[in-house]
Amino acid sequence: MATDLVVRFAGEGGQGVVTAAEGLAQAAARVGYHVQTFSTFPSQIKGGPTWAQTRISTRPVLAAGDQLDVLVVLNRYAYDHHIEECRDDGIVVYNSGDFEIEDGNRCIGMEVDRLARETGNPLAANMVMIGAVAALAGMPAEYFTDFIRERFTRGRANDAVIIEGNIKALDLGMDTVQETGLTVAGLDSPPLTEGPRVLMRGYEAASLGAIASGLDVFVGYPISPATTMLTFMERYLTGDGSYVGQSSSEIESITALIGAGFAGKRAMTSTAGPGLSLMSEGLGLAWMAEIPLVVVNVQRGGPSTGLPTKTEQSDLLTALNPGHGDLRIPIIAPGSVEECFYAAAHAINWAERYQGPVILLSEASVAERQQDVPRPPLSSIRPESRVTVNGSEAIDGDGPPRRYRGEQLTPFPVPGGPGAYVANGSEHDEYGDTTHLPKWHLQMTHRRFGKLALLEEDLFESEGTEAQIALMPWGGSKGPSRAAYLALRDRGDLAWYFTMFLNPLPPALLEELRAKELVLVPELNYLGQFAGLLRQQGVRAEAITQYTGLPFKERFLTERIRERLEARTGELVRV
Amino acid sequence: MTKRNPDYDFKWCPGCGDFGVVRAVELALADRVTRLGEPIENTVVVAGIGCSGNLVHLQEGPQPFGIHGIHGRTLPIAYGVKAARPELNVLVAAGDGDFLSIGAEHIGPAAKRNMDVTCVVMDNGIYGLTKGQASPTSAFEAVTPTTPLGKLDDAMNPLELFLALGVNYIASMLSTRPRDLAATIGEAMEYPGFAIVHVQSPCTTYNDTYAALKGNPKQGIEPAAYPLPEDHDPTNREQAMAHATSGRIPVGLLFRAPESIPMYQRLTGARERAGQREAPDVEALLSTLEI
Repeated sequence: MATDLVVRFAGEGGQGVVTAAEGLAQAAARVGYHVQTFSTFPSQIKGGPTWAQTRISTRPVLAAGDQLDVLVVLNRYAYDHHIEECRDDGIVVYNSGDFEIEDGNRCIGMEVDRLARETGNPLAANMVMIGAVAALAGMPAEYFTDFIRERFTRGRANDAVIIEGNIKALDLGMDTVQETGLTVAGLDSPPLTEGPRVLMRGYEAASLGAIASGLDVFVGYPISPATTMLTFMERYLTGDGSYVGQSSSEIESITALIGAGFAGKRAMTSTAGPGLSLMSEGLGLAWMAEIPLVVVNVQRGGPSTGLPTKTEQSDLLTALNPGHGDLRIPIIAPGSVEECFYAAAHAINWAERYQGPVILLSEASVAERQQDVPRPPLSSIRPESRVTVNGSEAIDGDGPPRRYRGEQLTPFPVPGGPGAYVANGSEHDEYGDTTHLPKWHLQMTHRRFGKLALLEEDLFESEGTEAQIALMPWGGSKGPSRAAYLALRDRGDLAWYFTMFLNPLPPALLEELRAKELVLVPELNYLGQFAGLLRQQGVRAEAITQYTGLPFKERFLTERIRERLEARTGELVRV
Repeated sequence: MTKRNPDYDFKWCPGCGDFGVVRAVELALADRVTRLGEPIENTVVVAGIGCSGNLVHLQEGPQPFGIHGIHGRTLPIAYGVKAARPELNVLVAAGDGDFLSIGAEHIGPAAKRNMDVTCVVMDNGIYGLTKGQASPTSAFEAVTPTTPLGKLDDAMNPLELFLALGVNYIASMLSTRPRDLAATIGEAMEYPGFAIVHVQSPCTTYNDTYAALKGNPKQGIEPAAYPLPEDHDPTNREQAMAHATSGRIPVGLLFRAPESIPMYQRLTGARERAGQREAPDVEALLSTLEI
């Protein structure tokens, strides 16, 4: 028996490979397995090489898995491009209606489209594929028939027909595989998990975390892979007093957020690389005028239009310094679907707390993947509200109110109430009026940077900290890095660190990192952006980079880290 | 209170049209306070970048809230204020460079949303603060530091543009008549929808158009500005367009759409119909995702 089953469906866009992977994950999660999906596709609606993967496990899933137990391929191109990732004892299910594999003894040909048509529902091709996988892994049909009934009971006249067609498709897929007698190692029984669990995507987790933290206003412009959050908000951020709107550009989004934040509301947008670039001037204004707002940047491959639907971690430097001039935007980068929920709530709290812009740095693979996670208890979310001006404080003797008094955070005047001032993007005096005098630029610069100390929180993971070499990924590289760490942990010469708070870093974490001989930073970019930032802060950091548009593979990372650890041992021997 | 901040030292040039505009804004806001009993703190003035935007620091008397943001983005900032707090009175003050050049992309969406914001566009036909470069409304063939051969682009006709973009309330005014201007700004603020009060506000340093607007019989200059005739029907789009494209500058209320449902009412109406007046229930949403 096996603890894990990794299945990949590959074909063209529109052939249902993503639906198949997600359907498999949903059905498996329903019976108690841990699951994670990953999908990747080109930037087009129909056609183009598309693949999706599901990992089903008896343990919480850290990464989508890089050795395939079952590979389902719908065309020759898919077979040629994915077969190398199939295990030696893995099984290929291929669409024999489209092509033939002559030399495969662990290959099962299946006319997927013809079988689907036999059910009377050509759209049921993905259920044929799921049936084939279920039979290979020895999963009972009931896992899936219950799931089909639930999913397609939608209160429509033809529900029964669709359900019947899908169950028939499932059976046809299972029958075809059972006739061959081939199997992969059967999965162990589902684990007993404690407490309620939810199956969600990263963007759903982030959206719900933001709403739970009191989000009032969401304005966004469609852009892959961040549009899903806008559509989620359009549907679910309801109620009098809230606002959701589609802007005409990212420039409009960020400046609308400035208006909403100035007006006293918690405001958020979601965007990706090109949109973040367009927001740079607005983020500078929010920093300068001290306006709370949150930008969710879902990283994709860059620069320019880059790889709109692929994943990368290459916007860190831009997120930190999006605009011209002296500024350093606070950044929270969640490492998993579950963390997206808490990261979004935290980002809103940070914006309120220090009265300024915050960037939630997500990435395509985290935002789009589905994963089972413990249902987040809402009691763990404590929405913070900015300190606001009340009547007496606003009156500074007989003079006008001094919004920007001193070098510390001051109460925020809310329009409609006392303390009227000008929120000014030009350098200003304490009243908010424009000035170019050096003393004010000094004071206001100290004020703006000084407020970042309000965000220093010692929240981070650590393990094996006596080791002199540490592994510290950021963002979505956490999962595969953690898997690599677990593979190497018993060596005893590697420490583990992770935080989603990239700026400001938890001070105690920074202190520990500075004491290490070497900190290895796996990250999906060419420059080694986070490693560079750590070096600037006095940490001997070295990046392990990858820039393929895909997440790290566990085996790749494990080997790279092992090489680095052993090179060090060699060096010590030479000394 | 006199000037709100004695250290603030920005000055407009003597004779600048913007003096008339700031006076009109002060009068309109003061009138709103007395007549509607609305506190001045309920108003937010969103100012553009350029000479005109400094209006937000130069207003005398009781102070509204203000945002002096970045070049060209008054409209989306105002959109955010209004989306967040529909009950606030939002006034945009921007020049022709800010509103009609770098910020022109925002006029269409603002008009189509019909956001309940009043814009005072201070048009001097030049970039003043950067010392006299051509703006969209500078005349064809105008010689400026950036158009030494004469401006090669046709002059933009803002009133025609506003009509074409579907702005629901359009007035064309002169900075030399602050009381008329104040009354019009006051009406525009009470109009339930997107309103633009376009003001000829001459620049005495780089583009002095006072004589051209008023005319000068001694020099044989016909006045460019003319009052809209008493029989002008501002609800008639064709009549408004005829005046906007007359080749001269009509003065008065050019257009006012009789039907105007502002942004916030559209949203609450749609939510009412969809049964979405209640705040989201996060526990219930999580339950839909429960395995």
